[in-house]
Amino acid sequence: MATTDITIDTRTAPPPPASKAAAGAPSLILGEHSLCPGCGEPVALRLLLETLQDLDVVHRSIGVVGHGCYGSFVRIMDVDVLQCLHGRAPSCATGIKRMRPDSVVFTLQGDGDMVNEGLQEILHSAARGENITCILLNNGVFGDTGGQQTATTVLGQRTKTSLEGRNAEQHGYPIPIADMVASLQGSGYVARGAVSTPAAVAKTKRMIKRAVQSQLDGNGLSLVEILTMCPTGWFVPAAEGADYQGSSMEPVYPIGELKSPEPQTQEAVHA
Amino acid sequence: MTLELLQGSVAITRAALAADCKFFAGYPMSPFTPLLEAMSREMADASGVCINAESEIEGANMALGASAAGFRAATGSCGQGIALMQETIAEAALNETPLVVFNMARNQQDYYQCTRGGGWGDYRTITLAPKDITEAVEHTQLLFHLADKHRAPVILYGDDLLAKTLVGVDVAPLDLPELPAKDWALDGSASGTGSSRQVWTFAMGKKNDPGPGPDGQWRRVAAKFAEIEQVEARHETVHAEDAETLVVAFGSAAKFAEYVVEELREEGHRVGLFRPITLWPFPGAALAEATRGVERVLVFELNAGQMIDDVRQWAHDRDTIRFIGGVSIDESGLAFGPLLDAPVIRERILAEHAEHAEPAAAVPTARS
Ligand SMILES: Cc1ncc(C[n+]2csc(CCOP(=O)(O)OP(=O)(O)O)c2C)c(N)n1
Ligand code: SF4
Ligand SMILES: [Mg+2]
Repeated sequence: MATTDITIDTRTAPPPPASKAAAGAPSLILGEHSLCPGCGEPVALRLLLETLQDLDVVHRSIGVVGHGCYGSFVRIMDVDVLQCLHGRAPSCATGIKRMRPDSVVFTLQGDGDMVNEGLQEILHSAARGENITCILLNNGVFGDTGGQQTATTVLGQRTKTSLEGRNAEQHGYPIPIADMVASLQGSGYVARGAVSTPAAVAKTKRMIKRAVQSQLDGNGLSLVEILTMCPTGWFVPAAEGADYQGSSMEPVYPIGELKSPEPQTQEAVHA
Repeated sequence: MTLELLQGSVAITRAALAADCKFFAGYPMSPFTPLLEAMSREMADASGVCINAESEIEGANMALGASAAGFRAATGSCGQGIALMQETIAEAALNETPLVVFNMARNQQDYYQCTRGGGWGDYRTITLAPKDITEAVEHTQLLFHLADKHRAPVILYGDDLLAKTLVGVDVAPLDLPELPAKDWALDGSASGTGSSRQVWTFAMGKKNDPGPGPDGQWRRVAAKFAEIEQVEARHETVHAEDAETLVVAFGSAAKFAEYVVEELREEGHRVGLFRPITLWPFPGAALAEATRGVERVLVFELNAGQMIDDVRQWAHDRDTIRFIGGVSIDESGLAFGPLLDAPVIRERILAEHAEHAEPAAAVPTARS
């Protein structure tokens, strides 16, 4: 067996490409998350935090986080953060941003938080054109409380409060919040992404970047709805979360940009 | 001192601006509405922001956000609107965000609402009840100070008269002690430093710097309110020293009662007034002292009897307490009814006082 003549010098820091790989976790993450295996929410958090770094706005970023499984992220994100009441993040973010217009203000909410408890807050904040970036982690259930039906649960989906599957006659129809927000004049950028495949992750990261950029450009409220796997709340094995999402949620909530300042949006996101 | 003729709501607005209030959000509701209108007119010139919020819930949360960002912020409403804000008021108490709430009430039926901590968890709200607009101007400034000092929500208990009456008033800035810088406030500057900030009722802190957690935080907050209770109680007495009959009243009702007490004194009746200025903390120790030598304590409040609970808790002898107030609402339902009138109050005081006490030799004095 031929020996290769490579010496690894461990006394000094590795050269840039290797050090970049070693520092794989965004430095804004302070520790391990405590969410379920296969959960999509930590992936979304990572994309958001990386974006703040990519845009070099970390030192003026303020987060407002609602109530759901992602609520525990306030412990692991190295960002100034207000943990607010269930549903009220866009209102709190409004107060913060109006007082500190030079800061970058984002909210982190789930479907239960934003579309159930806080539907009024998100719609009016969008209509007022508040210059904030809202991130919706849409898994179609109240994950934190154990998998009950939310306003975004798709028809047919089984939850603990729709055991036979959501049916329109009994439970009404899901609310496509991103479409509603996009229809309001005060919103500047609206997109729907996912974190179920590597390609979807890459695309969603571009969406978040454009959403924050939209805030920096003063275009009004930006919203990125991210479909996130919740295998626990969906009662499927962790490894099947992505497939389940693809077959159940994505047909109802198609991925893509719904509103963007520039006309050639699709290309920009697909680039 | 130069007096300017101002509507109460405008005077309170000017006082808030003098206290460096930079954010206001509210939702119309009578008689709070003129305050919202005045704020929206005057805030921009003071380089502040006023938002006509979509609901009381939104307004309160916007103000909480603005305050968490380190700026003096307020909201307001009355009755049902304050009820909608209770979750947020409690949140501000438990996550220790200063918040000034202007309760321009329709009557005095919301004493419990202001003083009992009507949201959730263990907390109270410092509540100042000015007797007139001049005092409301001072209280407004004091409230912003107290909110920051204690990092807590505080309430101004106003009413229709304070909101709408035109009076000559001087909005002079109060000279209040300097407070420490808000190093807890969120401005983004600590993001990415490894010691980023957090405002959170559960106070668990960050992974690399754990906080006290809910148990520790809520014990601490409870201890803080116990301390506030000891130091922030305020009251006023009028002719209480030698009174046989002591009337207890707050806010506008106390202003009317004071007038009647002065009138009865001039006629030789040994009548006095005890006025809680803070509804919470209730000035209990002072009331115990003031009621030590009296023969009867008459509680006059424009409701079915709410403050009387606190009076019962503190008066020297509970058996001397009589209720002479009552529910009294005008036809619209939005303001005080006929009970808030000097002759009626006089009659009710005398009915209790004269029944038992012979008036001392009347000393006729000329009214100035
Ligand atoms: C006023 C109020 N109501 C209910 C709750 C209980 N609660 C906590 S988290 C949660 C569900 C959140 O669901 P979602 O936002 O979809 O987040 P997920 O856990 O699915 O990520 C609820 C209902 C609460 N904290 N506050
Ligand atoms: S319950 Fe669902 S949303 Fe919550 S951590 Fe588990 S997988 Fe994630
Ligand atoms: Mg959810």
